[in-house]
Amino acid sequence: MNYWPLLGIALVVVGFALRFNPLLVVAVAAVATGLLGGMHLVPVIEALGKAFNDNRYISVTWIILPVIGLLERYGLQERARTLIGGVAGATMARMLALYLVFRQLTAAIGLKDIGGPAQTVRPLVAPMAEAAAIKRHGALSEDEREQVLGMAAATDNVGLFFGEDIFFAIASILLIQGILASDGVELTPLQLSVWAIPTAICATIIHGARLFLLERKLGRQRAGEGA
Amino acid sequence: MITLEWLYWLTGLVFAVWAVMSARDRGNGKRWGNAAFWGLLSASFLFGSQLSDLANGVLVLALVGIAGFGGLGRSDPPTTTPQQREELAARFGNRLFIPALAIPLTAVVGTLLYNYSPVGGWGLFEPKRETLILFGVGVLLALALCHAWLRPPLSAPMQEGRRLMDSIGWAAVLPQMLAALGALFAAAGVGKVIGSLAGDIMPQGSVFLAVLLYCGGMALFTIIMGNAFAAFPVMATAIGIPVLIHQYGGDAPVIGAVGMLAGFCGTLLTPMAANFNIVPAALLELKSQNGVIRMQAGTAIPLFACNVAIIYFLAFR
Repeated sequence: MNYWPLLGIALVVVGFALRFNPLLVVAVAAVATGLLGGMHLVPVIEALGKAFNDNRYISVTWIILPVIGLLERYGLQERARTLIGGVAGATMARMLALYLVFRQLTAAIGLKDIGGPAQTVRPLVAPMAEAAAIKRHGALSEDEREQVLGMAAATDNVGLFFGEDIFFAIASILLIQGILASDGVELTPLQLSVWAIPTAICATIIHGARLFLLERKLGRQRAGEGA
Repeated sequence: MITLEWLYWLTGLVFAVWAVMSARDRGNGKRWGNAAFWGLLSASFLFGSQLSDLANGVLVLALVGIAGFGGLGRSDPPTTTPQQREELAARFGNRLFIPALAIPLTAVVGTLLYNYSPVGGWGLFEPKRETLILFGVGVLLALALCHAWLRPPLSAPMQEGRRLMDSIGWAAVLPQMLAALGALFAAAGVGKVIGSLAGDIMPQGSVFLAVLLYCGGMALFTIIMGNAFAAFPVMATAIGIPVLIHQYGGDAPVIGAVGMLAGFCGTLLTPMAANFNIVPAALLELKSQNGVIRMQAGTAIPLFACNVAIIYFLAFR
């Protein structure tokens, strides 16, 4: 067996660690892996071009930016902040926990495209979380602000990942079914998808608890400063 | 029939407008870099299907060359002040959410209507691409709605969009580039090597260690590849099916479903899953590129332990 292509992985790790431009790191690693795998340069560049071209659908979603940018010009983020500020008892943790459950439940019935970083996190969820945190705890330090915004994006991901597999007609479930079937283990998608439920419940509990811990941490830091 | 290609033309046009606007932006010291980068991406969307693989490959290398050596700058097109935004937000109120929510709703509700009504039989959209195409329809609807209601200057949506696009910069094509890396990893046989290594270090006689190695391999290989989909076939055929299911008689649905979810814990931890971890950090303009991963680690690690426990206790009852 040819172990040399594993060097491509090492290149990625080292390149990311040394903080080279990730796009450059990935391209160099891709070309190096191909060459180490015994391909010639031209077929490697062809494979790179073909794969990039076949995956253009990933980058299509950027066409949402004119709409989001335009709405921000007219005060969308400010409105999102005002809205959450007006809800009595709204805290960052409660608001994000609600979004977590909403995202898990909608993904579980197949509505996984209802959220996302550009669709909901930047225009709505992140400003709301920040506003709720400021309302309760006062101005945030730069690091606290990064944590709150990062947590908003994290909550969107956790909700999606640990909700979507409960829906049986999703790509990952069909992939599992296909791989198991190719080894003679025949299952229906529904048999598989029900087993996404225990992990989904664990995700709700663990991530939910972490949201309330972050809320408490913000509060404690304030209390410490006051003393 | 409306195909994905139509959506690529629309996307190519959007990037072409950004390229022209970038070239004319004297406020950006690196305007030619931005113009070339978005222009090449536009070419990829408009002509990629006609170009040869080699031409597409050279285009990719050119994109990498511009971004990799600091050729991209950030634009700052004129916009409203924070003060004005507060006033506008008060004036337009919660109706501002309508166009934003119209996009995901069009995609999701449209897909449901399309698939569960007779309309689906008309062959309006390319099969399996209806959600993405309806997302594009939603964007156009939202833009039309905004124009009719807010009456912005004609260039405003594209200029505001360009501001956001430039703040994301090269990270915008990183997910696509990582998919290409995955293809080369596969072509060079990286998956096979990892699978055989995992099989070699497989300890005999301990169900728990086998479960741990299977889940750990899923998470680790996902961290490397940025995608649990690439890891699953490798780990399932190396350990999941031969050892856990056949040798130890574990329950196949649990091992399949929860093994994949152990991989998802790896997705939460890796910059290689750029569209989930790096792009949001850029979109939220976080100082740290790993600002999202940092907040996910505390969930991913205990959740990984839960997945190991679920397989160990529930697949071997």
